[in-house]
Amino acid sequence: MLSDSDRIFTNLYGSDDWRLAGARARGDWDGTAALMAKGHDWIIDQVKESGLRGRGGAGFPTGLKWSFMPKEEAPGRPHYLVVNADESEPGTCKDRDMMRHDPHKLIEGCLLSGFAMHAHAAYIYIRGEFYDEAVALQAAIDEAYDAGLIGKDACGSGWAFDVYLHRGAGAYICGEETGLLESLEGKPGRPRLKPPFPAAVGLYGCPSTVNNVETIAVVPTILRRGAEWFGGIGRPKNTGTKVFCISGHVNQPCNVEEEMGIPMRELIEKHAGGVRGGWDNLQAVIPGGASVPLLPKSICDEVLMDFDSLMAEKSGLGTAAVIVMDKSTDVVEAIARLSHFYMHESCGQCTPCREGTGWVYRVMLRLIRGEASVDEIDTLWDVVGQIEGHTICALGDAAAWPVQGLIRHFRPELERRILAAKVGGGGSAAAAAA
Amino acid sequence: MTAAASQGAEAFTFTPENRAKADAHIAKYPAGCQASAVLPLLDLAQRQNGGWISRSAMEHVGALLDMAPIRVYEVATFYTMLNLEPVGRYHVQLCRTTPCWLRGADALRDACRDELGIGLGGTTEDGLFTLTEVECLGACVNAPMVQINDHFYEDLDPARMREILRAFRADSPPAPGSQTGRQTSAPASGPTTLTEL
Repeated sequence: MLSDSDRIFTNLYGSDDWRLAGARARGDWDGTAALMAKGHDWIIDQVKESGLRGRGGAGFPTGLKWSFMPKEEAPGRPHYLVVNADESEPGTCKDRDMMRHDPHKLIEGCLLSGFAMHAHAAYIYIRGEFYDEAVALQAAIDEAYDAGLIGKDACGSGWAFDVYLHRGAGAYICGEETGLLESLEGKPGRPRLKPPFPAAVGLYGCPSTVNNVETIAVVPTILRRGAEWFGGIGRPKNTGTKVFCISGHVNQPCNVEEEMGIPMRELIEKHAGGVRGGWDNLQAVIPGGASVPLLPKSICDEVLMDFDSLMAEKSGLGTAAVIVMDKSTDVVEAIARLSHFYMHESCGQCTPCREGTGWVYRVMLRLIRGEASVDEIDTLWDVVGQIEGHTICALGDAAAWPVQGLIRHFRPELERRILAAKVGGGGSAAAAAA
Repeated sequence: MTAAASQGAEAFTFTPENRAKADAHIAKYPAGCQASAVLPLLDLAQRQNGGWISRSAMEHVGALLDMAPIRVYEVATFYTMLNLEPVGRYHVQLCRTTPCWLRGADALRDACRDELGIGLGGTTEDGLFTLTEVECLGACVNAPMVQINDHFYEDLDPARMREILRAFRADSPPAPGSQTGRQTSAPASGPTTLTEL
């Protein structure tokens, strides 16, 4: 288990002062100018060496992403750091805590990360529903300006740096990086075709990097304590600490910062009070937010919580949002609810996603009651495979994966319901229990 | 909807105070990129207009930002937080997505329907409450939860949900956040970490 001295978000629960004085007492804004004096490339190299992978879901190496930005600013083409604070992946509520309880870690991270990529401005795009969080974060930004930590001469470094907060207005798709850029430009959040990637053509057509809140907020601590420290936590290629969100059927749902690669069972039992009714009452877990395939108990018994371990089980770490379902759960409805979510959130520009998510939801609704034929399970598998990989952005993939996970691990349950419905009397879990 | 139509027909302009706020939003974006301020301005307009955005308000925002009206309509219809019809004084948004559903979102929905006497999408006759079901609001470890206007009410059960609605009806909104008294997103019996600092 990670020791408290290795935790980055020491005010995760907001029990301490989130304002500048409290943040300074926790070590934020300590020697920031000296870190900047080591140079743009030093920062990028440290982040590369730390092994930090993006915390927004995809797990792309952060330092490598930054190195795609042009080395120099071309005339009339300023660089932008854009922070993705549109936290909307079902199960995920970690960035929220960072913004309301530790906002200065994010603001200092913006300065150091933005400086590394030769940017003079950061836009933080926060989901509109996080109103109280936006108020806190804006107050922290104002404090940072007043204290000269950002602004014309950030921390006395001679580097001008602005941080702007931009509130969204309710659209999951704006968490997709190019959908976010469209929205930030004042348009509907419809993702862009890539390439060109944002590092070449991003916000206002200028070189831009979009990073998740947690990715940016851990940067100052990595630079202060050293890449080796961060890289020494976790497992190879899956380094560092991670804030996990544990929701659903656990005795004590919570957010907690732990070591990457912690066994799922240990995470749930040490911090979330265990599965309701005991570990043997576990049915399935969605380990990384709604988009990743669920895992049955047999895999949860041993699996480690990191990118590569979960990918080896055909799931993913995603946003590290662990959604726990005990044996009382109608697992088909749990996934059908997610299909409804993707249907609702599809931006509609790609036909496979726009039409497919609705079709999938309607079939899922029938599967809850077993009102289908067994071949329709195969048709469903085929159709989600035709959505996956055939759309501009990953929402189509995200709509496919939960259904694929359900069929992969719970096909016998789907077939049982179909059979039960044929015999008569409905096929839901409740009917089976009666 | 007659009332809505007549309200919508009134010409909308920002109050001087909101106009100053609008200008401050516009100043966040580079010259020529003022369209970026469309969401913040539509939000301001919605607040000034009692919780919804009329066509006149969209046109006013478009004129300020030098955007064709169709560009503003396109944005206004894309985002779920922008209401194009009047809503009650208190907009109760129930989270329906899986993490909240696992912990009893359906029972909260039933409690709201019963207490308010309206269905999903409905508004009470006194204009006090509108009830809608929404997708994940991002407070999943404090499920089930609802958003009422700007604030989150978390760790709910049907009894507490009814109490909250009654408190709003009595014009004394309770404090938002966890309704069981736990420290934000920490385990209910107390943190398992950050105890040795």
